[in-house]
Amino acid sequence: MRKNKHTLGYNINKTILYILLTLLAVICLLPFLMMIVNATRTSDEIVKGFTLIPGTALAKNWAVVFKYFNLFKGMWNSLVVAVPATILGAYFPAMAAYGLACYDFKGNKLIFWVILIFMMIPGTLSLIGFYQLCAAFHIINTYVPLILPAIAGSGTVFFLRQYIVSSLSPSLIEAARMDGASEIYMFHRIVIPIVFPAIATFSIMGFIGNWNSYMLPMIILNSPQKYTLPVQLVSLRASTDITQNYGAIYLCIAISMVPIILVFVTFSKYIISSVSAGAVKE
Amino acid sequence: MRPLHSLIVKIPCGEMDMEKTKPVKKKRSKLRAYNNWGYLFVAPFVIAFLIFSVYPVLRTLYLSFTDLKLMKLNGTINFAGLENYKRVFTDKFFGRALLNTIIIWGVNIVTQLGLAFLLMMVFSDVKYRMKGLPVYRLIYYLPNLIAATSIALLFSNLLDKNYGSINIGLTQLFRTFGGHYKLIDWLGTKWPARLSLSTIQTWMWFGNSFLMLMAGVQGVSRDYLEAASIDGAGRWTIFGKITLPLIKPIMMYVAITSLIGGLQLFDMPYLMIGDTSQTYKHTQTAMMYLYRFAFGAKTTQVAYASSVAYSLFLIILVVSVIQYRLFNRDTEKRRHRDRR
Repeated sequence: MRKNKHTLGYNINKTILYILLTLLAVICLLPFLMMIVNATRTSDEIVKGFTLIPGTALAKNWAVVFKYFNLFKGMWNSLVVAVPATILGAYFPAMAAYGLACYDFKGNKLIFWVILIFMMIPGTLSLIGFYQLCAAFHIINTYVPLILPAIAGSGTVFFLRQYIVSSLSPSLIEAARMDGASEIYMFHRIVIPIVFPAIATFSIMGFIGNWNSYMLPMIILNSPQKYTLPVQLVSLRASTDITQNYGAIYLCIAISMVPIILVFVTFSKYIISSVSAGAVKE
Repeated sequence: MRPLHSLIVKIPCGEMDMEKTKPVKKKRSKLRAYNNWGYLFVAPFVIAFLIFSVYPVLRTLYLSFTDLKLMKLNGTINFAGLENYKRVFTDKFFGRALLNTIIIWGVNIVTQLGLAFLLMMVFSDVKYRMKGLPVYRLIYYLPNLIAATSIALLFSNLLDKNYGSINIGLTQLFRTFGGHYKLIDWLGTKWPARLSLSTIQTWMWFGNSFLMLMAGVQGVSRDYLEAASIDGAGRWTIFGKITLPLIKPIMMYVAITSLIGGLQLFDMPYLMIGDTSQTYKHTQTAMMYLYRFAFGAKTTQVAYASSVAYSLFLIILVVSVIQYRLFNRDTEKRRHRDRR
């Protein structure tokens, strides 16, 4: 019965809206589609005409790409950087967040305020000083400067602290303490399981951020066999062997996107909710 | 934060009742012992934070007042006062780079927020009750996750004047309709290059803004909107009186975070338009300018680059405050009126 209430104009408008929304979705996906199609075509075909029907040169392009470029090496390097950075960037900030939320020690407030201030400072300010620091420690061209600073993830500390304050009941900690649990044990067995959803969300976003990072690895790494995927991908522009072959370039770019798209497909729920959560918190 | 001792006192403890004078002291010292564990939990973070966050920022600040040229550590460093800052604010190339950044970011933020706003209106409309939000938002958000390097390389290929698929596609499209398409050099001419960069930024970020605005709207229960609608409020009244005030702080948050990111725009223009290109001077951003002096092969002037970094920070700070004021102007006025 309810359906009859709507007029024709209403239905037409609604259909138009759906068409527009879908059109926008197509615009979002079209560049990726063009990339995938072009990755399967030869240079000649790409220059001669535009089409969205896949070609037959995928195997040939693949051979060209991997003759000059071992993209899997770049992916491996990215993984070697991003996985430890993500783990360190979750564990130690969670620990600090717990310390700030549940222990009343001298300097607690001060640390909290300093974190808050540093969250608003853009990364640009630390870039030069950070490079000099790395030079002083002789860790240029190693992965250390890309991994260790994750421990200092002040944004993660801030948000996890808020999360712990709102979701962890102090009486739970107190009860465990009365039962004779050590403080370290409580952190591992009580706090981490309770705040795990928040930690997981931060870890996924942290992993993506580390994986996609370009400027810092470009500055820090200078031997090609250590390049992470984004840096390696950029270096292919300088290679004349491959820039002649447009299909192969598209294939390179497409391969570089596969890991992150897999992450997105697997964890889209967490990712979407973390973006939304950031907005509501403010 | 709830003080822990309030809990301890409440816990009935038989043994403690026996000696009535001592317990308070005992409990307190025990509590202090617990609280000292806080230092241990915070320590790894604080140490890393001091080394990797605080020190670099202060070091950059210090360098900005010196005359250090090369990145080397053993060079002599002389104090130079405000010389570097004077140079930043009188250098016309910095001004040009800043203007480029503001143009590219400005066009992007208007289209990005506008698009996100329209989408939010469509999906929160009480009358149409659009479906499929989970699918649409996934697709709209997708470009945001892909590495800027991949996106930059993809578009510099797609937008190439001669072999880029976009020009080839447009030529074919015009030909089928009997027209003639004059090839646009998307990345090789001033305005097309700037607008291409803005559009790609919008393409990457509108989904993110849309998700944030939508989160704000979904904070209101649908019942409210329906109640208002039953009470006879039109959809525009509902939108203006309920939805809009709700998302205003989020709009501001999006605008300010986008500003902080936007004024540091680097990857995309740096990778898409090289310094040999004719359009370089129209698309060089402030961050690219800084990079040239901080890490450029022959142009290294570390102290100057440091002062550029701090100047950029000051500019970001000032613009954020202005933005904040602009967004809150109506609210302040209303508050003022109410007070009177």
